[in-house]
Formats: sequence, C-alpha cells, structure tokens
Amino acid sequence: MGTGDPYGMSISHALASGMGGIRTSGDLVARMQMTRKMRLPEAKKYVADKLGVGVQDLADSTVMRRLREELDIGVVTAVPGARRGIEAKRTIAELLDVDVPCLKRL
Amino acid sequence: MSTIRTRMGDGYVVELTPPQLRDDLEAGCADAVKRGKVPPLEVNEIDWLFDLFANPSRIMGVEPGHEVVLTKDGSVNTLYSAQLSSGVGLPLGREQCFRIFERAFCFDTMEIGHPDYSYKPVKPIVALEATGVEQALLTAVIPVFYGAMPNFGLYAQPDGPFPNPADLLPRGEVEAAREAQMQMAQACKDDMLYVSRQMAMVGADGINFDTTASTGDAEFLAVLETVEELAATTDLAIEVGMAAEFVLGFHGELEWRGHRLAGMWPHQQVKVVEEAGAHLFGPVVNTNSRKSVPWNVARAVTIVKECSRVASIPIHANVGMGVGGVPMFEVPPADVLTRASAAMVEIGRVDGL
Repeated sequence: MGTGDPYGMSISHALASGMGGIRTSGDLVARMQMTRKMRLPEAKKYVADKLGVGVQDLADSTVMRRLREELDIGVVTAVPGARRGIEAKRTIAELLDVDVPCLKRL
Repeated sequence: MSTIRTRMGDGYVVELTPPQLRDDLEAGCADAVKRGKVPPLEVNEIDWLFDLFANPSRIMGVEPGHEVVLTKDGSVNTLYSAQLSSGVGLPLGREQCFRIFERAFCFDTMEIGHPDYSYKPVKPIVALEATGVEQALLTAVIPVFYGAMPNFGLYAQPDGPFPNPADLLPRGEVEAAREAQMQMAQACKDDMLYVSRQMAMVGADGINFDTTASTGDAEFLAVLETVEELAATTDLAIEVGMAAEFVLGFHGELEWRGHRLAGMWPHQQVKVVEEAGAHLFGPVVNTNSRKSVPWNVARAVTIVKECSRVASIPIHANVGMGVGGVPMFEVPPADVLTRASAAMVEIGRVDGL
C-alpha cells in the first residue's frame, strides 16, 4: 500500500477498495494469492467455490459475518467460544486446502 | 463554466475546468507512454477517469465486487511510531497494533516490522522480531508478514563498512564504486536471508522486501538473488515492493539471468521478480508534486495497467504518500486518495494495493 497517516491512508484505502479482511473474506483471498500466486479473479473464484457462495458475496459483510461464524473460521466481533487465531487458521487451512506455515509447529 | 475541485501533487486544492481536467488526464497518460514505453489508455478509460474526478462526492470507491486484497508495507508502525513513518504515536505495542489492523481496520493481511524498518538493524535483534511475529501468529487470523527495507545505503561508509559509491563516482573511480556496490550487495543479501530464515522458522506467512532498488541496480540484484534462494528453500510468501518507477543504474552493468537491471520499468521489473520466485509484486509510479492529481493518476494507472497485463503473479500497487497518484503529503486528503485507489483497481487492473 504505502505510507501515510492511518486515517488518510490505511482506513481510506480499506473503505475505497479493500475486501474487508475477517469482516468478510479478504484474508482467505489473500491466502490464495500468497500460497498459489493466484491472480485476483482466480483467487476469488477459488474461495467462493470453497465457501459455496457467489464471488459478489465475498466482500459482503452481511453474508460473510454469518458464514464465518457458521464455519468457525474467525469472526470480526468478539464472540466468546468462537475459534480465534491459530485455532481458526487450522480450520481455514482445511477449508481452503492450503498450507498455513505456523500450523506445522503444532 | 463550472469548475472541478481537485488537488495538486503536493495536496493543495486546485480548480480545473472540464477541458483542463481532460487535458491533464491525457497529458499524464501521454507522459507515461513516452517515458515508460507502454500502451496508452483507451478512450473509455480516460472517460472513466474524467467522471471519477468530475464527480463532486467527497470520497469514491470501486464497484461492488471489484474489491482487492490489501497488503501494508511499513507495517503497523503507522500507529505507534513517530512522524518518520507517518506515525501517530499511540502508546501501543506492535502486537496490539496488529490486532487493530485486523479487527478495527479490517485489513486482509498485515506486517510486523522494526521501527527502523531496515534489514540491517534487525539482524542483531532478530530474536525479538521473531518473537513479535510468533505472538501475532498465535492470535491473528489474517496472514502475517514480516517486512523491512533492503536500505542499501546503510552498508556504505559512514554508516557501513564499505567505501561509499557516492563519494567514489564524483572522483571518477567508477570501477571502485562498482566493486563497493557488489560488496554491499553481498552483505545486504546475507542480512536479508538471515532475517527471512528466522521468520520462516517461526512460521511467518510471508516476507516483504519494501522499497526495493532504492539505491539502484545492485540493490535490485541483491533482492532478486535473495528471493531466488528463499523461494527454493522456504514456505514464505514473498512480496517485492519497489522504491521508484524505474531502476537507477548506479552500477550500470548488472544483469540477472541475462536481464539488464538498470532502466527497468514496472512491466519489466515484474518479469524478473516473478522469475526469481516471488508471490506478489508492488510497482511504484512516482508522483510529480507540480502536476495535478488527475495528471498523476492517469500517468500511474497507464504504467501499472501494462505491468498488470504482463504479470503472472498478483500485483499489489503502491498507492502511498508520493506514489501511485497520491499527493506527496503525510496526511493525504481522502478525496484524492480514494480516487487514486479506485482508479488503480478499475483501470490499473491490480490484484491488490
């Protein structure tokens, strides 16, 4: 992205163009870019197919908030008992069939 | 005739008439074509940019469904660091900042980095840095990068052990300057490999080489050789973000696998970066503070569009202060920042920012 104050740079880009991270499915699409070098359309389609949703749903917080809790892959709000951190990543690795390097330490 | 409120490349407001706006967009595109030797934008793309800047709304964004993945160079420093990182000096630790980026800013990935943000000073404290990465890995769901700059200048006297090429070149000692750069490249590569392997050992998802080639072709060579080795021996996702739009030829004669590095533009840089084995590439197009933001955005997306077209790996364009059409100002105005953001996605066809 680049340098700048958090409001002017990070938050502004997130609102204008960002996928939404764990609020939606941005972390999942990022993992496909990072592990398989997938370009964006391919990465989105792969994740959408694995989640059983449409590509348009991937950045829709209404759809993804509920689906993430149902799949127990980490949700943005603090839900007691929901999988967190490395717990959620183990489920993500199985769901997407990708390697998550830190899981190899378990 | 009504005017359109936009900004100059230094952030100050400027009023343009509609014909002036179109002229600036076409001139920015033409400059990219001339200097970068890339194809021009299509007429409908210039029209799209015109509508983007003519729209009076305070902020703009991409079409729903066109959202892209965010990676963040400079790491979480922007929250806890000082002005050197455009930081706002919050009294928070790095791991807390990481969680804020994940849960409050909803970033798709995030970095841990040292406040100095260079590989050389990280080397003696790498255990501390690796511990920070481990803490983030335990508690975060989003992918965790470690990031820093090669920062080649730290290897030349008086900051480093090698003769300073910038002192040797004015004296006409070209061969000595080249030899010094090769020694610096080896030391820089050793440091980047050492730190990266520690991050791989603790399970980091990725490593970021930010502001690559800031000191020219020898620094670019050091990064390419580092990437090559890491891609072959670790699970790290490797991101290479550039420092400027073309590679300076401080050495001038360096090649990597038969490719001359000096003078490369983003659409050429990405091909050697992907051949080395990197997973993500961050092209840079410098902002001209004496031109308008529409001129700069049109120029930037023209260059990045060609980079994205030829790439086989994801492109995460740099759109920070002073690059990608964004004004050269540490507090970038959201009106032009969001327009540069949307243009880079919709016309530059990037996979991320």
